[in-house]
Amino acid sequence: MAIITLLEAINQAIDQAMEKDESIVVFGEDAGFEGGVFRVTAGLQKKYGETRVFDTPIAESAIVGSAVGMAINGLKPIAEIQFDGFIFPGYTDLVTHAARMRNRSRGQFTVPMVLRLPHGGGIRALEHHSEALEVLFGSIPGLKVVTPSTPYDAKGLLLAAINDPDPVVFLEPKRIYRAGKQEVPAEMYEIPIGKAKVVKQGTDMTVVAWGSIVREVEKAVKLVEAEGISVEIIDLRTISPIDEETILNSVKKTGKFMVVTEAVKSYGPAAELITMVNEKAFFHLEAAPVRFTGFDITVPLARGEHYHFPQPEKIAAYIRKLAKARP
Amino acid sequence: MIAKKYDASKDKQFQILDQNGKVVNEKMEPKLPKETLLKMYKTAVLGRNADIKALQYQRQGRMLTYAPNMGQEAAQIGMAAAMEPQDWNSPMYRELNTLLYRGDKLENVFLYWYGNERGSIKPEGVKILPTNIIIGSQSNIAAGLAMASKIRKTNEVTAFTIGDGGTAHGEFYEGLNFAASFKAPVVAVIQNNQWAISTPVRKASNSETLAQKGVAFGIPYIQVDGNDMLAMYVASKEAMDRARKGDGPTLIEAFTYRMGPHTTSDDPSIYRTKEEENEWAKKDQIARFKTYLINKGYWSEEEDKKLEEEVLAEINDTFKKVESYGANVELIEIFEHTYAEMTPQLKEQYEEHKKYLEGVK
Repeated sequence: MAIITLLEAINQAIDQAMEKDESIVVFGEDAGFEGGVFRVTAGLQKKYGETRVFDTPIAESAIVGSAVGMAINGLKPIAEIQFDGFIFPGYTDLVTHAARMRNRSRGQFTVPMVLRLPHGGGIRALEHHSEALEVLFGSIPGLKVVTPSTPYDAKGLLLAAINDPDPVVFLEPKRIYRAGKQEVPAEMYEIPIGKAKVVKQGTDMTVVAWGSIVREVEKAVKLVEAEGISVEIIDLRTISPIDEETILNSVKKTGKFMVVTEAVKSYGPAAELITMVNEKAFFHLEAAPVRFTGFDITVPLARGEHYHFPQPEKIAAYIRKLAKARP
Repeated sequence: MIAKKYDASKDKQFQILDQNGKVVNEKMEPKLPKETLLKMYKTAVLGRNADIKALQYQRQGRMLTYAPNMGQEAAQIGMAAAMEPQDWNSPMYRELNTLLYRGDKLENVFLYWYGNERGSIKPEGVKILPTNIIIGSQSNIAAGLAMASKIRKTNEVTAFTIGDGGTAHGEFYEGLNFAASFKAPVVAVIQNNQWAISTPVRKASNSETLAQKGVAFGIPYIQVDGNDMLAMYVASKEAMDRARKGDGPTLIEAFTYRMGPHTTSDDPSIYRTKEEENEWAKKDQIARFKTYLINKGYWSEEEDKKLEEEVLAEINDTFKKVESYGANVELIEIFEHTYAEMTPQLKEQYEEHKKYLEGVK
């Protein structure tokens, strides 16, 4: 098995899928010749030609909308939006067409597309380059929303997304595109959409995170372990639909629940997860669930971002507080 | 190329039949078989009467909000008649006659506007995307459909239609720019019916004609008398052939008029004059096309009377059928088309509501 980065794992997944399935096309602004600004699709145009891997005009609405048309008409588009904060002009097409075409046509037309979206902050980028917008996608019926936190998951989840009959928004944690490597099998494999992963077993509380924040939680847990606090870490992997079973089993065991995310606090994904736990495991809870999120602010510019982005020390502080909480 | 000869930026409009049904452009008159011409006419008569009846049903409280097509039959049918069965439509919501001409059932259209999605199920082989209420994005989807046709080498053309109001949307420009950049087989038809609800086209655009917006995309463009069935057919056919040959999109502006309200919730008498409506009524497509067919010896007043009766009976029967099962929606149908398979959350919500309904019974 080769040891590769998350970015290389995504590239490998697309490459292998394209080799197997001629209907797959890859496109986006700069996604062809250059392989995208992050080079995620580097080398693919050279291998598969300009008909299957191509650059488009800078027009997010048309990138998403044309992917819908291509998907209806027999192709499997993998479209790239350059940065998460650029999705807004394409949001109309995603929500009003990609997500609804199956329903609107009573199943006659379907949209098996993948929308790749570099996600989240922590890379000291410009304004509109660091958003965490999962709630905008997770709240839309008809969309599936997936995000990996490791190279292994990135390959397996992306292959599952490509083979999924519904539109999948694939959020790529850009902060860890190249941070860290992992052994990834050379063969094709899928990680089912809708299944979370228990990253680390624990007994005192359950902490759910996803994307690049899983690593920050792992660092935080290392800080508190010496103090005798045992944390069960769950990587959500799929924002929508939520794997309720894995989370509830864990909460029933630990009795305490925390969500850590860089997304906003109000109306955010943490609120959804906590409500779900309250509805379905309330009598197992020993303390009120806790959400540690980004603030309800516009993502700060690079010099102020560290206040906003969940840092291990602050996550650890929240963990300590929840550990001490008694009914 | 007709588009070059009739330069919309120089105020030239392409016409074959004048408003009295006389051929004024003999060289351009298409050699269409009698049966095609009659199909075009009969579809227009069915579409016109279906609109009138739908308005009546709505006033009687039997139909929900409906968007009439009256006045735009020629623009829709002229385009549809120029299409091949394998071609795609990425339509707007005001497209009844395109649907009817290409083989959708009136029953489906009524059922949809009656509020039942079952009406969205198109008969096998009718390649028209479902009714889309959002304005503008049909341009993007058309670009994608056509790019896929080109990549898959399928010999299909995609026609997309948009209203004059829709050309104010960003998606119109993004999609058509995409299609032009990729030389995708697209025919873009603006049905300029002069009014975006209550906003006149002169307030929505500073361009002399909407057709001349084609200059910016680097594609041929033409303004057609949209009430002239033959001119719409000829311009569309040329655009379709061009697209099929690999020469990319054409922009057609069908200069026409929405005779009715925007929808049944709208009252045009508060924003436009009777004089304007009367002027446009003189240019109506159905009467002039009928005269053309009679002059050719293809049609008669007697046949016309009979057709009118047949059509009204058909509409009446169809609507009765729609009413008889229109509100009969199974619970599962509300849930089952959100995803290929229901998510665990959806399954739970479905089961819970089913139990509730069973308890109510």
